[in-house]
Amino acid sequence: MAKPVTIQNSSVVFGNHAQKKAAIELLDGELSPQEIRERTGATVAVRNVNLDIKEGELFVIVGLSGSGKSSLIRTLNLLNRPATGKTFVGDRNLLEMSKKELRRYRRNDVSMVFQNFALLTHRTVIRNVQYPLEIQGVSKKEYTERAEEAIRMVGLEGWEHYMPSQLSGGMRQRVGLARALTNDPEVLLMDEPYSALDPLIRREMQNELIKLEDEMDRTIIFITHDMNEAFRLGDRIALMKDAEMVQIGKPDEFFDNPASDYVRNFIADVDKTRILKVRSIMNKPAYIAKQGDRVKDTLEAVKKRELSFTYVTDENRKFLGYVTLDQLKRSRGKTIDRLINEDETVIYRNAFLREAWPKLKEAEYALPVVDGKGRLRGVLDYDVVVDALAD
Amino acid sequence: MFETLLSGFWESLVEIPEFLEINYEATIQRFVDWFAATFDVIFGAIRDFVRRVIYNLELWLLAIPWFIFVILVFLAGWRLKNLTTGVVLGLMVVYIASSSLWEHTMSTFVIVIFSVIVCFILGLPLGILMSKYRPVEAVLRPILDLMQTLPTFVYLIPALMLLGLGSPAAALSTTIFALPPLIRLTYLGITTVPTEVREAGTAFGSTPIQLLVKVEIPQALKSIAQGINQTTMLAISMVVIATLVGFGGLGEEIYGALASGRRGVGQGFVAGFATVFLAIILDRLIQGVAERFDHSEGGES
Ligand SMILES: Nc1ncnc2c1ncn2[C@@H]1O[C@H](COP(=O)(O)OP(=O)(O)OP(=O)(O)O)[C@@H](O)[C@H]1O
Ligand SMILES: [Mg+2]
Repeated sequence: MAKPVTIQNSSVVFGNHAQKKAAIELLDGELSPQEIRERTGATVAVRNVNLDIKEGELFVIVGLSGSGKSSLIRTLNLLNRPATGKTFVGDRNLLEMSKKELRRYRRNDVSMVFQNFALLTHRTVIRNVQYPLEIQGVSKKEYTERAEEAIRMVGLEGWEHYMPSQLSGGMRQRVGLARALTNDPEVLLMDEPYSALDPLIRREMQNELIKLEDEMDRTIIFITHDMNEAFRLGDRIALMKDAEMVQIGKPDEFFDNPASDYVRNFIADVDKTRILKVRSIMNKPAYIAKQGDRVKDTLEAVKKRELSFTYVTDENRKFLGYVTLDQLKRSRGKTIDRLINEDETVIYRNAFLREAWPKLKEAEYALPVVDGKGRLRGVLDYDVVVDALAD
Repeated sequence: MFETLLSGFWESLVEIPEFLEINYEATIQRFVDWFAATFDVIFGAIRDFVRRVIYNLELWLLAIPWFIFVILVFLAGWRLKNLTTGVVLGLMVVYIASSSLWEHTMSTFVIVIFSVIVCFILGLPLGILMSKYRPVEAVLRPILDLMQTLPTFVYLIPALMLLGLGSPAAALSTTIFALPPLIRLTYLGITTVPTEVREAGTAFGSTPIQLLVKVEIPQALKSIAQGINQTTMLAISMVVIATLVGFGGLGEEIYGALASGRRGVGQGFVAGFATVFLAIILDRLIQGVAERFDHSEGGES
C-alpha cells in the first residue's frame, strides 16, 4: 500500500528557458540563490535536494516562508517539474512517465491537501469529495459510497449537502482532507494544510491527523513553517533554508545534534518533553517472531542476534507477547505458540514521552510499542528515553 | 494685377484635379454585386433560414396571451429577486400590453433572443479559446477593442452587404455588435479561476477537458452570466438602430416619432418606455440568474 518516496538531486528553477538554463549551470557552484537570481534572472526554489522517505512515514518539511517547501512537495505530483534529478515513488521515476501514466499516477497513487483548501466552490461537500473518483469513470454508486466513507472519516457526516461557503475554515480543510483520501492514495501530500486555521482548531486538526494516520497505511509528507507542529507530527523532519536542506532527522536528533546555529535558533522555542513522542525515538525490534513459527528457527534467529527474548505477532503484525531465550532452549514443542507470554504492558506509539515514562520506569526494560490497531510498531528502550529526557 | 494672378493660381489649387476624382462608390458597388452574386447560394440560404426562424418565433410568441407573460415575468422576478421586483416587472409588461406596442415589442424581443443565442454559441467558445491560447488572444483582443470604438451604424453596412434589407440583416448586425462583452467576460471568468483550484483539479488527474467542463466553466459561470447580461443590453440598443436596414419593431416607432417632429414626442416616449422596460426586465432576470452562480463567501446558496 504505502510507498517509499525518493528524491535524488532534485532542483526546481523558475524563469524562462534561457534563464533556467543559465541557472542550472550554476547549481553546483558556490553562489547563493540570490546571487544566481541576480546573475541569471531565474529563481532557484529547490537546490540539489536528496530525501529518502520511508513507506508509511509521516515526514515533515519545515522552513521559513520562501525557503522552497511548496516547490519541493509539488514535484511529487509534478505540479512543478524539477529541472534536475530523479523522483521515485515506489520504483517508478515520475519524470519518465508519459502524460497518460502521469494522469493515472495522479488519479490513483497520490493526492494533495492545499493551504487555502482549493475547494470547488460551486460544488457541495460530497460533490467535492467525490471529484477525484468521478473523473475516473467510477460508477456513481461506488463514488458516492466512497465519498461518504471519507466524509465519515474526517467527521463531517451530516454536512454532505452544504456548500463550502457555508462551512468554517476548519471544516473546509476537513473537506480538503476527505477529498484527498477518497482515491485511497499511497502518498498524501499536505502543503501547510493548517496554516490558515486559528491555533485551537489547528491543534484539534493535528490530533485528528495523528489518529487518522494511525489507522491508515500511507506515506504522508506534511509541510509547515511551525516548528512545534513539525515536532508534534513528524516521524522525521527536514529543515529547509534558501532552497537547500539544512538538516534531516528524527525530532530528538535536532535537539541532540543540531547541524548549525540556524537549527539551534529554529528549535529554541520548542519544549522538548511536550513534543517528543514515543514513535519518534522508538527503535525497530531486532527480530520479530510470527505466531506459528518453528521453535528451532526462532531459537536460531534469536541466538544469531544475541537477544534474550523476541516479540511475537500474528500474521497481521498484531502484537501477541514475547518468548524468552530460555523458553526456546527448553522447549520440546514444534511451534512457539504455546510459549508466548502475554504481556499487557504496551505503549501507544503516539503517546508523548512524558506519558510513557512512568510505565517504562516501572518495567525497567524495553517495552513494545503498538499502534491504534494493536500492531507492533517498535520497541522503546529504557536507555534511549533516559537519554532523550536528560537534557 | 499681381493679386488677380495670385487668386487665380489659388483657385486652381483649391480645385481637386480631375485625375483624382475616382469613383470609389462604383468600384465598391461592383465588388458587392460580385460578392452577392458569387456567394448568393450561401448567404441566400442563411438569409432564408434566419428569416424563417425569426418569423416562426414571432408567431409563437404572439400566440401566447399577454397575461401569461405578465404572470411568468412576475414569478421569475419574485423567485430570482424578491416580491417587489416581481410586481414591478410584471407591471412593466402590463404597460407594454396597454401601449398597443405589443407586436412591435415582440418582434424586437425575438431579434434580441435570436442574437443573444447566436452570441452565446459563438462567444463562449471564443472566450474559452482566448483564455487557453495566447495567439488567439493576441488576435482577438485588438479586434474586440476596435469593435468597441466603432460607431454603431457601421455594423449595419456589412449586414446589408451580405444579407440585404430585412430581419436577417438586423439580426446579424445586432449579433456582431453585441458579441464582445460575452467573449470578454467568458475570458475573464476563466482566467480568474483561483490558481489553487485549477491546480487541485490537475493534481487529482483531470484531463484538460474535464478541467474545463467540471472546474473552469462552473467557476466562471457568474462572469459568463454577466457577459450574457451585457450582451443582451447591447442587443436591445442595437435592434432599435437596426430599423435602418428595414426591420420593424420598436425602433420603427421611434424613428417614426423622430420623423414627425414635435408632434411625434408622445409617440416617441411611449415607444421609448417600452424599449427601456424590455431592457430592465431582461437585465433584472438575467442578473437574478447570475447571482445564483455566486458561491463566494457572502454569496448566495
Ligand atoms: N510559479 C513560480 N514562479 C516564479 N517563482 C516562484 C514560483 N513559485 C515559487 N516561486 C519562488 O520560489 C521560491 C520558493 O517558493 P515556495 O513557494 O516554494 O516557498 P515556501 O517555502 O513554500 O514558502 P511559503 O511558506 O510562503 O509557502 C520563492 O522565492 C518564490 O518566490
Ligand atoms: Mg508554500
